Amino acid sequence: MTTLQRALVTFKGAGKSFGAVRALCDVDLSVRAGECLGLIGHNGAGKSTLMQVLAGTLAADCGVLLLGDEDVRASYGVQVARKHGIRCVFQELSLCPNLSVAENTRLMSPAIRGWGWRRKARALIEASLDEIFPGHDIQADDIVAELPIGKRQMVEIARAFVRVDERLDLVILDEPTSSLDSRVARQLLEFVRRFVGSGGGIVLISHILGEMLDTCDRITVMRDGRVVETRAATDFSHASLVECMGSAAKEITEQQAFVSRRSSGNPVVAQRPARQANAHTVDAHRGEIVGLAGLAGHGQSQLLIQVLRQRIASGQGAALVAGDRQSDGVFALWSIAENITISSLGQLKRGAWIDPDAELAMAQEWQKRMGIRTPDMANPILSLSGGNQQKALFARALASHSDLILMDDPMRGVDVGTKREVYSIITQEAAKGRTFIWYTTELEELDYCDHIYVFRDGQAVLDLPRSQLSEEQILRCSFEEQMA
Amino acid sequence: MNASTSLPLKGAPVKAPGLNRARLLRSALPGGSLTVLLITIFIMQPRAMSYMGMNLMLNLAVPIALATIAQMLIITVNDLDLSMGSFISFVACVAATLLNQHPLLGCLVLLGCIAVYALLGALIHLRNLPSIVVTLGMSFIWMGGAVLLLPAPGGSAPQWLQSLVRIKTPFLPFAIIVCVVLAIAVHVFLMRSTLGVVLRGAGGNPLAIAKAGWSLLRIKVTMYALAGTFGVFSGLFLVGLTTSADASIALRYTLLSIAGVILGGGEFVGGRVSPTGAVLGALTLVLAGSLLSFMRVSPDWQIGAQGAILILVLALRTSVNRLEARPT
Repeated sequence: MTTLQRALVTFKGAGKSFGAVRALCDVDLSVRAGECLGLIGHNGAGKSTLMQVLAGTLAADCGVLLLGDEDVRASYGVQVARKHGIRCVFQELSLCPNLSVAENTRLMSPAIRGWGWRRKARALIEASLDEIFPGHDIQADDIVAELPIGKRQMVEIARAFVRVDERLDLVILDEPTSSLDSRVARQLLEFVRRFVGSGGGIVLISHILGEMLDTCDRITVMRDGRVVETRAATDFSHASLVECMGSAAKEITEQQAFVSRRSSGNPVVAQRPARQANAHTVDAHRGEIVGLAGLAGHGQSQLLIQVLRQRIASGQGAALVAGDRQSDGVFALWSIAENITISSLGQLKRGAWIDPDAELAMAQEWQKRMGIRTPDMANPILSLSGGNQQKALFARALASHSDLILMDDPMRGVDVGTKREVYSIITQEAAKGRTFIWYTTELEELDYCDHIYVFRDGQAVLDLPRSQLSEEQILRCSFEEQMA
Repeated sequence: MNASTSLPLKGAPVKAPGLNRARLLRSALPGGSLTVLLITIFIMQPRAMSYMGMNLMLNLAVPIALATIAQMLIITVNDLDLSMGSFISFVACVAATLLNQHPLLGCLVLLGCIAVYALLGALIHLRNLPSIVVTLGMSFIWMGGAVLLLPAPGGSAPQWLQSLVRIKTPFLPFAIIVCVVLAIAVHVFLMRSTLGVVLRGAGGNPLAIAKAGWSLLRIKVTMYALAGTFGVFSGLFLVGLTTSADASIALRYTLLSIAGVILGGGEFVGGRVSPTGAVLGALTLVLAGSLLSFMRVSPDWQIGAQGAILILVLALRTSVNRLEARPT
């Protein structure tokens, strides 16, 4: 049957790198008319990057992108994609909160114009909403900022299906159900089947396995920027999907004898996640490295902030290594030395003043220990590469006297060499009795952790000591459904 | 499936009536405070309630309203113009000297001013500079230009300009008609037209606008050029009223225009602005000054008292916003 269907989009050997990180590598993929293609993979597997390339918001570094039979990679962009009937509902919302629902519709459809455009836009978006989400209770004149997040998502989806004398061949839905409740999500998936039935194409990205298995015709599994498997959805089961997502040939790391530190003493931290339904807590003992795993945005960062707040309130303090360097991490206008010493000013005081010699000494000590590559620590922090900036942030946390260090996925976009260096320092510091709580989206980093908590929907659903760590179990737990 | 449509969505109750009321209340606030102010003035000084009285009180409001609209256009795209006052002073000086002596050269200079504003918009967008810093720097340039043109107060506005701003209209004073036309015209352009939607969207979520394929550069340039145009109108109107100019004639317009936008219900970020509100806000500020004069508040205290009125209105708005936030 597949030969009868026309390929709408074909990738051949597509690749994309961000600095040292290879987000996409030699990707071959095609989407056909009249099918729903599922795209699944762990965090950072390259799904969203691939779809951004398809939608025209990112350009691929190499490879061929065929729309129909036409190679369009040379002058591809959002407008070209739209002209070819390709639209995308991005993961992060792209509505203007200060405009009404109808006005947001107009932003996407230049064809709505002339006298009475408002009425046209209103009618179009309302028709689209009625078709996809019957009983939606959204007015076209509502200001987007005043709608709850789930309804904004509904508007965003409905807007992608508005059509005014234009082609509409393929719609990419990047985790469309993440903020919809189950009834509305079901409406959407039913609509997807109807749309596909009428000859359109859909690419669906979702972390909910049941949804994928029920809705998609074919499912493509991605891992580390590569396509590892494409099969008809009926050939997959929950178990085989999870198996595909894990790295098949994982090198056997030298297993150090795992000694639990939990047999004696009280935990340094025992925090119940805010949305935890039962009484389970996330514990961390002295000298432990505790990992927080699971899919991004399932409450791990919130837990770190919770712990931080609680420690500050009780006067004990804790150091946080931010993951989002630019917004939470560096003081962009300060020098490297000032960025490192800011958390330790208490130690550097002489009377009421900061001792410049002590400040310099501390900066130089940490330059040596972390291997920060710069000729002069008085240089501005932004003169460093991303990885070295991150090292400076680690130095800031480690130089302070706090014995609890929280890490919010700090290795994002850091090259492998730097990572290795930082891992060994973390292990050394833990051996000296400092406690680390480490949220990470990279599975191999969990190998350094003594205890791993897997998060789903804001709750810690699994507690694994290192001796029982298995990638498969973490994947299964992260992807499990709320209501199977 | 259809049977379930009657079920209300979980966690999403039918639109709270309080939400709409709060929105209505917020948009009524600028008009409301202006009305209260007017009534107070009329009670204290019944003679103000005449054609002459209104004309006297509101004449100087027109340039401020124009400056406020210019400022509002900049605020729409999340920027702030700190050079508005010195720019308008410069325009006034050009009008009182060059425009009178060499009309053609004067017109060219004024068009050049608008072009400079457009370039500023491009510069701020392309180099990703903070608008506050750029316009603060520009304010000294405009000021310097104004001092070069008119080292001492003087000059004289062209006759046609003087007679234009003194048109006697039947029934309603000219100032009121200009304000109403201004508010409606900008409202139609910014709030009702498709272009206006894109321009405001650039303040709300610039990334989304870029993703939809619009050029943020062109949007910024358009907004700055429009702001420059309204600034030029403001300067011309001002010098028509005062007939002569000096280099610091409109310096206080910078803060007045920002205050007017905020009083009128605009926000510094997020593309939430209201042209009618901005004009009403400018009128409120002007009338607050008149009210204080009627109350015989000494000029030494007037600025402080004006600030107090501002704080009062903003406090009212904050409480309205609270009301709005509560239902969720």
